[in-house]
Amino acid sequence: MSGGGSLERERRQAYLLVAPAVLVLVGVALYPILAAVWLSLHRFILVFGERRFTGLDNFAFLLSDSRFWSALGNTAYFTLVAVTVELLLAVPLALLLNRAFPGRGLLRASVLVPWAIPTVVSARLWAWMFNPEYGVINRLLPGPDINWLGAPGYALHAAILVDVWKTTPFVALLVLAGLQGIPEDLYKAARVDGASTWRMFRSITLPLLKPALLLALLFRSLDAFRVFDAIYVLTEGGPANTTETLSIYAYKTLMRSGDFGYGSALSVATFLCVVVLAAVWLRLLGREEVSR
Amino acid sequence: MKRPGLGTALAVVAFLTFFLGPFFWQVLTSLWPDGELTRPWPSHLTLESYASVLWGRPFLRVVANSLLVAALTTAFCLTMGAAAAFALAKLEFRGRGLLLSAALAVSMFPPIATVSPLYLILRAAGLRDSLIGLALPYATFALPLTLWVLTSFFRQLPDELYRAARVDGCTPFQAFRRVLLPLAAPGLATTAILVFIFAWNEFLYALTFLSTPEKRTVPVAISLFASEYREPWGEIAAASVVATLPLVVLTVLFQRRIVSGLTAGAVKE
Repeated sequence: MSGGGSLERERRQAYLLVAPAVLVLVGVALYPILAAVWLSLHRFILVFGERRFTGLDNFAFLLSDSRFWSALGNTAYFTLVAVTVELLLAVPLALLLNRAFPGRGLLRASVLVPWAIPTVVSARLWAWMFNPEYGVINRLLPGPDINWLGAPGYALHAAILVDVWKTTPFVALLVLAGLQGIPEDLYKAARVDGASTWRMFRSITLPLLKPALLLALLFRSLDAFRVFDAIYVLTEGGPANTTETLSIYAYKTLMRSGDFGYGSALSVATFLCVVVLAAVWLRLLGREEVSR
Repeated sequence: MKRPGLGTALAVVAFLTFFLGPFFWQVLTSLWPDGELTRPWPSHLTLESYASVLWGRPFLRVVANSLLVAALTTAFCLTMGAAAAFALAKLEFRGRGLLLSAALAVSMFPPIATVSPLYLILRAAGLRDSLIGLALPYATFALPLTLWVLTSFFRQLPDELYRAARVDGCTPFQAFRRVLLPLAAPGLATTAILVFIFAWNEFLYALTFLSTPEKRTVPVAISLFASEYREPWGEIAAASVVATLPLVVLTVLFQRRIVSGLTAGAVKE
């Protein structure tokens, strides 16, 4: 071995090994993002081929566009409620999965089923169950039949339910990974001290689970904020735009109206919201790391 | 194992019903005779919906399209990802942390943010409405996933293996090819499953970049199933079961691997 030369060679080979992946990431992620920002500064209608630089005009229009604000509101509401419900369901599910009982393997495998089903398929499946005339949900529920996907106020909550069904398992797995990192001795000691189950949960499980919970919160809220598939298939943003999220509004502007300038501005705005959300979460997470 | 208490049993039943109930309802709908969907219960079960989906529509073609795109994406990302993940896990070079953080950041992009430029790029390259062209933007999300999961797998392999191979005269690349890559086979399999499922399920890009009906992928085809006058629920259900069953089987069989992959990708260290 030739000391320094060998290290030098190792570094060169390292760059060669990562180069293809880096190039692809630049090509499919970095460049498109920058290009979207550039496009958002133009008036650009695809079919007319008209394209001219207009500076921040699109963003000025965006700030006065009530449809943008309502889409932002819908997205934020969807994210907040869906992620809260998912965490509230995932913790008991994870505690259950962490316990030894016959059939645990079966439960673990089956909670992954909704996760594996394509979102579009799960939206279709729920749309059938939500069907106002012969959907199973109206049949099971007492009282008058409800047009779940056609009535403002109901539709967004129906979409939240679909998201909860699909992604709670993933959150539960993250929480489970956190649970398995808690040393069993802590519980043994607490039991010797005569602590109740609830007390152990409050004083041991929950505090030690906090990093895992915050991480799940970060991942899930960024994911929920970009929701497209489920809502597009369930309602296409209707009724009366009450389920229109930022991604759906941007998609419609881009692909249905062919307005690439304003559509890009909406995409960039969605991107910026996600960046801000991520920055806030990472700050909270960072503080958590420090205080531990 | 302890005998479960009543509370545990009830909770298990409740969760199982919530997570599996809708899937079973879908399977039942797919077997429900077409004229009877308005009735609360089918009089008998039939495979009619499957027959009309598989032979009355170009659905097998659509399944083949999805298989092609998902296989291409998996092969593409694993080839590049394995090399990069090995370097990230075992070699010393500047920018390692930056590259991993960048990959993580990219996986959090809202896909809509890249749609307009990717559309223009694919159009200019003559790859719009092409299945091969579709596999390329799939790398936006599949490659970061590959990097994260595989890097954590390579990290789990002892450094001594790499050092021993180097002492025996291997170059870093030879150590990767001959020693570490074969040992990372379980990690590669896990990553392949995750990437495949991801690509099979992807909707927004497929909806945006493909326009010819014969080129659609499964999620797009299912989303556009509705006919003008009535929604063919039985056929939709049958198509959904066909599109989902392989994934459900895959998930149940490889449950442990999928879980370790998902948590390795998400919970670092």
